[in-house]
Amino acid sequence: MNGSPLGQALEWMADPARWTGPSGIPARMLEHLGYTALGVLVAALIAIPLGLLVGHTGRGKGIVVMAAGAARALPTLGLVTLFALLMGIGLTAPLLAFVVLAVPSLLAGAYSAVESADPATVDAARAQGMTEMQILTRVEIPLGLPLLIGGLRGATVQVVATVMLAAYVGNGGLGRYIFLGLGSQDYPQMIAGSVLVIALALVLDLLLLGVQRLTAPRGV
Amino acid sequence: MIGFENVRKEYPGGTVAVEDFTLEIPSHRSVVLVGSSGSGKTTLMRMINRMVDPTAGRVLIDGEDVAHLDPVQLRRSIGYVMQASGLLPHRTVLDNITTVPVLRGTSRRDARTRAAELLELVGLDQQVATRYPAQLSGGQQQRVGVARALAADPDILLMDEPFGAVDPIVRADLQQELLRLQRELRKTIVFVTHDIDEAFLVGDRVVLLRPGGIIAQQGAPREILARPADDFVSRFVGADRGTRTLHLEEVDGRRVVVDADGRATGVLDHDRTAGEHMT
Repeated sequence: MNGSPLGQALEWMADPARWTGPSGIPARMLEHLGYTALGVLVAALIAIPLGLLVGHTGRGKGIVVMAAGAARALPTLGLVTLFALLMGIGLTAPLLAFVVLAVPSLLAGAYSAVESADPATVDAARAQGMTEMQILTRVEIPLGLPLLIGGLRGATVQVVATVMLAAYVGNGGLGRYIFLGLGSQDYPQMIAGSVLVIALALVLDLLLLGVQRLTAPRGV
Repeated sequence: MIGFENVRKEYPGGTVAVEDFTLEIPSHRSVVLVGSSGSGKTTLMRMINRMVDPTAGRVLIDGEDVAHLDPVQLRRSIGYVMQASGLLPHRTVLDNITTVPVLRGTSRRDARTRAAELLELVGLDQQVATRYPAQLSGGQQQRVGVARALAADPDILLMDEPFGAVDPIVRADLQQELLRLQRELRKTIVFVTHDIDEAFLVGDRVVLLRPGGIIAQQGAPREILARPADDFVSRFVGADRGTRTLHLEEVDGRRVVVDADGRATGVLDHDRTAGEHMT
């Protein structure tokens, strides 16, 4: 086992020195999570209201589906590089790329959450005298919440896996281990970085799956 | 009183749902709009609470044009029962019934007290209060739908084929419950159905519609049966099928009412005169 690359990576991680200090695993992991949260949050602020609006009114559906599809097709590494070239080294460029990456999932989630509500239920809510905002917040969102969280889950997992690219343009995060290892041909460090990113992605995915289950409307 | 004045509904693309409809619906009576699909009956009913706005003409409630009223406030003041119950699936029966009163600003506690009374009124056990709609039978869901429509004590009750999705036995049961409720509550009921038997049963007045919202005939059920305006009405009410044309046969000294196919449907009551029937 010790001879294998994975074994060496585990040995690298097991070193207590790696678990302290500003370049230690906990600090890098926090940075990584911070970038992820920031990227997803900014994307959510744009995509969720837009998705809810489109889902509720049914207007602009074609444009949104097309834009989301186009954004999905963009290569992230190319995007980070392009933005970095335009805006220089720093967090803005990768953050922008993460937002572009996260928007389609969030948009699709918010949009399909609202659209999934039974038209007869929505019609009845309106006929009872709910305002459009009340229909959205008390009927459509509660009924579609698992789909909305599903979009958040998809976006989070994509971004957390891509945040390692932040290190590519001079930032922190778990990507530092990967790019440092790459530069110095230190494969155990590279693999350790990858394993940590994978583990983080899996944990977040499971956590959000739990949230998705918890938010499922009762009675349906 | 609800008034329709030369109401027209035309959808973008040129489809005319209602051509030119004028009708007065007296307060505290039940009026049934009956017709097959395409007769515009649901469209007309939904104009009362502004779920549909007419292209031309006016809809008046007690002399006031509904176009001048805020749709949300208007809808909260009118009970609405729809075919598939339309209950919010993620809310309990109690929360469904209290929805409108709470929107109107009634305290949650008062609304709950009232909801318990309403459950009793529509013949439901208090135990169903904490259940979700999906846990109820179709008939129970419709009863909750009626309770919800009555929750804010509206003067007007709109019923869009409310018993269309339940089996015939439950439907007959619900129809009788509605008649009982109406004797107690005296609401202005506008009821939409395609079932002429249901129309004759629940309607003080029946308005028979042709496609395009054209009134073929209106009046009390007995008037329509006595004098169908034309062949369309005769066919619709089934006068030509023989089930409506009855005659008497003497059996063991009693007069039995028999339909055109010779099936006995009842016994004539000698003690009651025609005059009593009319009251």
